[in-house]
Amino acid sequence: MEFLAQVINGLQLGLVYALIALGYTMVYGIVRLINFAHGDIFMVGAFVGYFGFTSWGLPFPLAILTAMVVCSILGVTIERVAYKPLRYAPKIAALISAFGMSLFLEYFCSLKFVFGPNFRVVKRPFEEIHWNLGGLTITNIQVMIFIVVVVMLIILQYLIFRTKIGMAMRSVSMDHNTARLMGVNVDNTISVTFAIGSAFAAVGGVLYAVAYPQIYPFMGIMPGLKAFTAAVLGGIGIIPGAVLGALIMGQVETMTSAYLSSQLRDAIAFSILILVLLIRPTGILGRTETEKV
Amino acid sequence: MYLKRNGKLIFLIVVLAVALLAAGCGGKQQAQQEAKPAPSGEKVIKIGFIGPLTGDVKTFGESTKNGFLLAIEQAGGKVGDYKIEYEIADDRNDATEAVNVATKLITQDKVKAIVGSVTSKCSIPISKVANDNKVVQISPTSTNPKLTVDEGKRKEYVFRACFIDPFQGTVAAKFALDNLKLKTAAVLYDQGNDYTIGLANYFKEAFEKGGGKVLAFESYAQNDTDFSAVLTKIAKLNPDILYLPDYYQKVSLIGKQAREKGIKAVFLGGDGWDSKDLDFATMEGGYFTNHYSADDPRPEVKTWVEQYKAKYNETPDALATLAYDATKLLLNAIKTANSDDPAKIKDALQATSSFPTVSGKITYDKDGNPIKSAAILQIKGGKQVYVDTVSP
Repeated sequence: MEFLAQVINGLQLGLVYALIALGYTMVYGIVRLINFAHGDIFMVGAFVGYFGFTSWGLPFPLAILTAMVVCSILGVTIERVAYKPLRYAPKIAALISAFGMSLFLEYFCSLKFVFGPNFRVVKRPFEEIHWNLGGLTITNIQVMIFIVVVVMLIILQYLIFRTKIGMAMRSVSMDHNTARLMGVNVDNTISVTFAIGSAFAAVGGVLYAVAYPQIYPFMGIMPGLKAFTAAVLGGIGIIPGAVLGALIMGQVETMTSAYLSSQLRDAIAFSILILVLLIRPTGILGRTETEKV
Repeated sequence: MYLKRNGKLIFLIVVLAVALLAAGCGGKQQAQQEAKPAPSGEKVIKIGFIGPLTGDVKTFGESTKNGFLLAIEQAGGKVGDYKIEYEIADDRNDATEAVNVATKLITQDKVKAIVGSVTSKCSIPISKVANDNKVVQISPTSTNPKLTVDEGKRKEYVFRACFIDPFQGTVAAKFALDNLKLKTAAVLYDQGNDYTIGLANYFKEAFEKGGGKVLAFESYAQNDTDFSAVLTKIAKLNPDILYLPDYYQKVSLIGKQAREKGIKAVFLGGDGWDSKDLDFATMEGGYFTNHYSADDPRPEVKTWVEQYKAKYNETPDALATLAYDATKLLLNAIKTANSDDPAKIKDALQATSSFPTVSGKITYDKDGNPIKSAAILQIKGGKQVYVDTVSP
């Protein structure tokens, strides 16, 4: 029974990681860029959601929606300002720009007139309820996270495989120039990808803030790095891979704390990143194939 | 989604990422040695204050700053023949930043003495800078023994105004065993923080020596927010006590998740709980060891609480009180020495004997630690309630 409880703990963590990892992987799939500011977009999402359901008095779903809209705009702005001018520059330039963006967001949000540097305790928008299923405790928060993440994943699948913009995204991910020749608006498609990825991070942020009720401007760093690891583990650029990687990361962290030692948790989590890169750089779902010219 | 993959590129990116992070975090720790300022006609002594005015323990910084300023105000801005000038610095409860601001205070502002910092993890690095530069440091609240003694060597210029962790951890363990009559405990502490490591270890030692059993001794990292795995494990062991020797933000977060996982244990903690930002609803019924209680019936405490309330319109917590005491101790030493020479001030401070402060009469032992008692407080009905005083 305890084992099952730990599996559920890991699932809760993994699902939130999945929402962040999706953004990393989608952006990488389209522009071959690791958007290191992604963890900080997650943080902004958490803050906006928090202000939504506390100071602004919005109902919880509307607070999530607000966070999604704000983060989409933020994501697109970041892309336009920091990445687009560097699209045809060497990859390393865009990467450094991403780091700069990440640090900028962290320290800008720490300013007194933005979010402030202090920790805030999140007052949950609803009471938590515990259900006891034969010795196994499940909370309404866990159920909510599960439902929200599954719904988001279904929406994403629909977007990518059933809509015109999804088709555009897939074609751009294959080849920018050919896609452009076929009449796809590459710039808009890239912007939409950033918007969707950031919206997912926002949902992740709000859920995280509700599940682990404390937020501060540097809260995005660790989840961001873990989600990045998850995306690489699953095979960066592959959407099901990001979810799979995130779920594995959640379980690994939880099981390490539960059955080995809580001290080893992060060490083991990041050893996975190194091992994957050394042994199977394309990730679990990635096929090894030769580079196309 | 189809794409081209390039494992080597990602590997390079990760290496670069780690390098950049490491460079960002590590880099800038050096303390410079600097000459003394030229004495001018008017006699002025400069004192620095360092505290976490922003960040995860900002209420600690605010309270200590209030106590520091009130003590200077009461002295009339003067000590002996000297006019007091002060500089206030924020370390954000970050050890690197603490060293930076201490270095700035000493080399640029030429302070002769520093009151601060609050947390041991900041005060200990500061103590190296202060001691090397021969500037007096008195920390109001840092309880880790390493502050004044490093590997058996006394840092002569460093003092504190509070008791130390071995005492605090032992008091908590004894209180649990003797007063609460509880026999099993689980301990959860921050593996990267000298303060919580110290308390956790001393608690465990004393608790086991007194016949109790520590069922789980677990740690976490500073930025962790998810404690579900460890807490699920602890819930199964069903301890009587959950000892949480961390600062108020962290224990509030852990406490909440502990109750969600069905842990019914009594929460027990240290002076890091003392903040108005503690989640009182979650920590209801918990006990913690502290330096003083505003409900203490001694007349010194009554006067102090009234004075503080008149100025800041709130009840002083232990941090404000200790900062006030620390500043008074320092001013008294400057007055006794009647000099702005840090070497003479530190000798006077070391010789302090039965000096009356709000948190008790202070005499220094050879390690610069005052010998004093601890108060036990309980979180009850959304307030701190005085339970008992334990003498060494």
